[in-house]
Amino acid sequence: MKGAEAFIKALEYEGVRVIFGYPGGALLPFYDALYDSDLIHILTRHEQGAAHAADGYARASGKVGVCVGTSGPGATNLVTGVATAYADSSPVIAITGQVPTRLIGNDAFQEIDALGIFMPIVKHNFQIRRSKDIPATVRAAFEIAKTGRPGPVHIDLPKDVQEEEFDIESNPIPAKVDLPGYKPTLKGHPRQVKMAAKAIMAAERPVIIAGGGVNISNATEELLKLAELCGIPVCTTLMGKGSFPEDHPLSLGMVGMHGTKPANYAVSECDLLIAIGCRFSDRITGDVSSFAPYAKVIHIDIDPAEIGKNVDVDIPIVGDAKLVLRDIIACLLKICGTEGKGLNNQNREEWLRYLESLKRSNIPKMDYEDIPIKPQRIVKELMDVIQELKLKDKIIVTTDVGQNQMWMAHYFKVHLPRTFISSGGLGTMGFGLPAAIGAKIARPESKVVCVTGDGGFMMNIQELATIADYEIPVVICIFDNRTLGMVYQWQNLFYGGRQCNVTFGESPDFVKVAKGFGIEAQRVTDPKDIKEVLREALLSDEPYLIDFVIDPSEGLPMVPPGGKLKNIIEPVRVPPRERIPSFQEIKRKLLGEAREKGLSKDGPQEMGTPVERETY
Amino acid sequence: MGKHGKKQETSTHIISALVLNNPGVLQRIAGLFSRRGYNISSITVGTTETPNMARMTIVVKGDDKILEQVVKQLNKLIEVIKVSDLDVNKCVKRELCLVKIHTPDESSKSQVIQYTNVFRGKIVDISHESLTVEITGSSDKIDAFIDLVRTFGIKEMARTGLTALMRGPKVLKSKK
Repeated sequence: MKGAEAFIKALEYEGVRVIFGYPGGALLPFYDALYDSDLIHILTRHEQGAAHAADGYARASGKVGVCVGTSGPGATNLVTGVATAYADSSPVIAITGQVPTRLIGNDAFQEIDALGIFMPIVKHNFQIRRSKDIPATVRAAFEIAKTGRPGPVHIDLPKDVQEEEFDIESNPIPAKVDLPGYKPTLKGHPRQVKMAAKAIMAAERPVIIAGGGVNISNATEELLKLAELCGIPVCTTLMGKGSFPEDHPLSLGMVGMHGTKPANYAVSECDLLIAIGCRFSDRITGDVSSFAPYAKVIHIDIDPAEIGKNVDVDIPIVGDAKLVLRDIIACLLKICGTEGKGLNNQNREEWLRYLESLKRSNIPKMDYEDIPIKPQRIVKELMDVIQELKLKDKIIVTTDVGQNQMWMAHYFKVHLPRTFISSGGLGTMGFGLPAAIGAKIARPESKVVCVTGDGGFMMNIQELATIADYEIPVVICIFDNRTLGMVYQWQNLFYGGRQCNVTFGESPDFVKVAKGFGIEAQRVTDPKDIKEVLREALLSDEPYLIDFVIDPSEGLPMVPPGGKLKNIIEPVRVPPRERIPSFQEIKRKLLGEAREKGLSKDGPQEMGTPVERETY
Repeated sequence: MGKHGKKQETSTHIISALVLNNPGVLQRIAGLFSRRGYNISSITVGTTETPNMARMTIVVKGDDKILEQVVKQLNKLIEVIKVSDLDVNKCVKRELCLVKIHTPDESSKSQVIQYTNVFRGKIVDISHESLTVEITGSSDKIDAFIDLVRTFGIKEMARTGLTALMRGPKVLKSKK
């Protein structure tokens, strides 16, 4: 058996059904072995698309996503996708081809130090130098990727190793891998758990922040139980969306820079903060020194390095969210019984009433009739159509990055885990579309909607061809404002309205683009048409693109970076006024400058003309 | 209120790490330090009693919070078996230094040899114009010696950086 075959066998052993990739010279043996395999390979149009698709697959399913790219540029193209997965703790295996071992270090064709490049953006990586190491390495890679705090693992696979003959009989796939330096802590320390339970009982104004870790460890049931048992309101981070049903009376929505007022106020005024599987990023805390100033902090996380990194913690618990929450609930039930004996209920009711009134007085306006369309209206119609078509438990939303993402995060209510897929930590524009491909492949019975902006959409627009080729029925909603809205908003708020390179022109016509790819598309300019088109798109079993022309001056309420969470400011709604110069203007400018400097009219490009320079 | 993120005092710490002796492991650890902005004062690497393992001794400056992060981040690396922030007062620390001193005449030579004897160093090479001295000990001792011979003129110098072991029977166990 050849190395490549053994590699495919090893992937199959791990339960891999689908891989996303792009072939190349250093992967020829790999793809040759794939020819005889039952693995489904999705050929994307760019390696970045493959990496995001594998990531989307992993996030939607909870299983490991696999992507493949060839050596050199194939590897570097995977980088953004792998870094995205790393920032959001998503289990992805990235396989790169590599030049034959005898050429490594020679600057061979399409050679790059993939091991070095991937090192800082993966949980771990390997270069396999002998084919006999394949079975154990693949086992180890999957073990590392999916256990503990999940994350991407990279395997660099030289071409000669793929071709090398070896005996699988004498090198079978090991059932267990020996990783002496790797042992994630899953069970919380009983003493800490007890301390947490006591703190929860004593608290008058408790609040939970649920992060991505709750989704990852499938702890949503436990979270709901804890919240209901003790009457604790819950807000989530961006990655935590879906970990708690957002239509639940105890839900406060998202917290942080673009958080809701009730969530930000609750965190700022609570006396007990229970943070579960979140890493207190700067987008959540704002100014760290004034974050949750009155609170005792319980921090539950599987990664000990996250505890105490950004926020000082009173009761740290290292462990898997699901197991720790179970233990805390058991501990609470033992002390309080099911009636909640001994819980600080009296004062807590006042706290809940206060938050409830905050919620009532801060119901966001979404039913705008304006033309161009306000994005809030699209989000509202999307939620209504989902309700109407009874798709609540079938819908998966992927977003891109920027305003479209934050409009969705702020206004769109998510009910189930792993149904809101978004690039949080890295904030990768171009994520939404390929992630939607991955999500749909992971859960073919679901309805996948990709909400994106025109900017991010064009960063991986080539994946429309993948969607068209495989006829993957995803609904693409472009919030089209021809503006890099998030940067535009910050320039308006914090840089005196000096809009600089945030405006796109009228090109392209997204409807024509989609149709050019063979994808059904509609443009919507009137809010009255939103519902009908969304309905048609969601009912169709084919790929569908909707180009929503939205108001470019619309922004988001936000906490200025490094500000206090209660200091939520409204966006200034100024229309884009940046002018895009034409090439002719640029040319005149360049040549004009050249003339001023006394150069010939063709400028310094003219070969052989000595250009006088100042000597240094 | 200023509850979180308070400034703390910086001090020097000696971190001892047992790592799997794989290719690239040094890059992984050095990369971690540079990426997270931790300053390495010195780093030494060498084999251990176990063939597939190496010991790294890393000297870092930082406050307790940074040190806690350094240790935790190191522990996260798959190839790191065990990390310990050594108690500076309860460990044996040694550094080795080779220094080539300008000694053009007999009087300077004999003076340097005298100093070397006082510092329990060794003369490891000699030429018409120079003496090369090997000196081992704590970093302070080496600093003092270098300070002493600086007046002669130091032509070249190489220091290994600190390496250290805990005192007493305690060891870094290869179990996380």
